[in-house]
Amino acid sequence: MTTLRTLCRPFLALSAVAAALLASPAQAQELTGTLKKIKDTGTISLGHRESSIPFSYYDDKQQVVGYSHELMLKVVDAVKAELKLQSLNIKLMPVTSSNRITLVQNGSVDIECGSTTNNAERQKQVGFSNTIFIIGTRLMTRKTSGIQDFADLAGKNVVTTAGTTSERLLRRMNEEKQMKMNIISAKDHGESFLTLETGRAVAFMMDDALLYGEMAKAKRASDWVVVGTPQSFEAYGCMMRKDDPAFKKVVDAALARAMTSGEAEKIYARWFQQPIPPKGLNLGFPLSEAMQQIYKAPNDKAFE
Amino acid sequence: MAYNWNWGVFLQVTPTGGEESYLDWMAYGFKMTVGLSLSAWVLALLFGAVIGVLRTVPNRWLAGFATAWVEIFRNIPLLVQLFLWYFVLPELLPPTLGDAFKQSHPVFQQFFASMLCLALFTSARVAEQVRSGIESLPRGQKNAGLAMGFTLPQTYRFVLLPMAFRIVVPPLTSEFLNIFKNSAVCSTIGLLELAAQGRQLVDYTAQPYESFIAVTLAYLVINVVVMAGMRWLEARVRIPGFIGGK
Repeated sequence: MTTLRTLCRPFLALSAVAAALLASPAQAQELTGTLKKIKDTGTISLGHRESSIPFSYYDDKQQVVGYSHELMLKVVDAVKAELKLQSLNIKLMPVTSSNRITLVQNGSVDIECGSTTNNAERQKQVGFSNTIFIIGTRLMTRKTSGIQDFADLAGKNVVTTAGTTSERLLRRMNEEKQMKMNIISAKDHGESFLTLETGRAVAFMMDDALLYGEMAKAKRASDWVVVGTPQSFEAYGCMMRKDDPAFKKVVDAALARAMTSGEAEKIYARWFQQPIPPKGLNLGFPLSEAMQQIYKAPNDKAFE
Repeated sequence: MAYNWNWGVFLQVTPTGGEESYLDWMAYGFKMTVGLSLSAWVLALLFGAVIGVLRTVPNRWLAGFATAWVEIFRNIPLLVQLFLWYFVLPELLPPTLGDAFKQSHPVFQQFFASMLCLALFTSARVAEQVRSGIESLPRGQKNAGLAMGFTLPQTYRFVLLPMAFRIVVPPLTSEFLNIFKNSAVCSTIGLLELAAQGRQLVDYTAQPYESFIAVTLAYLVINVVVMAGMRWLEARVRIPGFIGGK
């Protein structure tokens, strides 16, 4: 018997170790994916934009500011509270339209709140939070250009930003209605506006809020006007890794709390109805019907 | 890393109306890259050969002009030159001419500015190679030509350049390859060449890896063809007994 027990001892020890190993993940059961990563590293990596005024951009002191950015900081507070952390390092990572999805997927960025449209194609690659903003796609033109709506664009040069929904809509419209527009796809919103300003194009099609943002940067904001029937509505959401329900739950709850408590409306007023950096211009962009609905009943539905 | 591979994406029809597939977009970009680079290369060779010769002539004014050309186009970053041609030049032209250019078809504007920019940038580099080719020849060759009663232009035409151009074929191959790769910069002014179409495909389909791999392969194909062509040329024009000859 003694010999048998001696023989068994290593196995007993092993099984104890195995039990301990099995038990430790069981204890931290709630912590998986992004939340676990944040807890382990004590750091959350935030993706932001550099020139999506007024959503996420650098102000005149090179600090990241904006409507989406403030909401993202609310999410950070909620994550910190959820994980009961004393301190949480924030790592800011600038992203562009072209690299944002990859950076979220490969783990460089844990969450990105900027001006990212939630749509079905992107949902195959990444997850989206509750909608934080709803825009309509419209036109900016010189006040003296005489352009009132999309029909006036036939045969003219029109600019839009590459990779946006506006670009697709504009090309489709051109094809279907035989409008013979020459469509210029500029690399970012700043360059699109430059194309408009220098007279290469008569109009710039983009998300209305971003058009107002470009106007805020213009040499003379009063020269420009936003016109036309919205061609589509889009929902902006915060982007995070796909299939991470625990993290999404914390993010959605934080956003929903900000929206239903009226906090989000205050943030909205600060960025859309009061003077904002860098030039102290007031966008004067009223809270739309659709946005009021979102604040009342937050959801993560995409429009297309 | 969670990634959905989908190579079938190239056969999908684009959401912009019409019946184009994403593959058609890539083909358009491929044609644009090849067309732009080849036309810019022809201009670069012409300008480069002339400027390279001028750098070696005894006339100080001509040599000075050629040196200025080389230093300006070689030392300003390609991207900055492109923006100067595309954004700044039309504003400096007389208003009627500038406006006429800006109101023309956008693809024409983009192609024209890109071609000019690539051609001039590359011409400075070609010029330097032509110059080094000429200067690598023994000085006696030029003197012998002149002593034979050739004028200076004739010495260049019949004695110096036929040798110099053969010597610089290998470095010219590098420049030829570079002009294809440099043409990707032109996507920044909205020209829909290969790199731009690749990025556009990412924006539309959220399938970055398939798109970038396809673009990489396309550049590889172009460069392998150029390399093979230049090897053939090099072997074809070789003179027995001289560099590279047998």
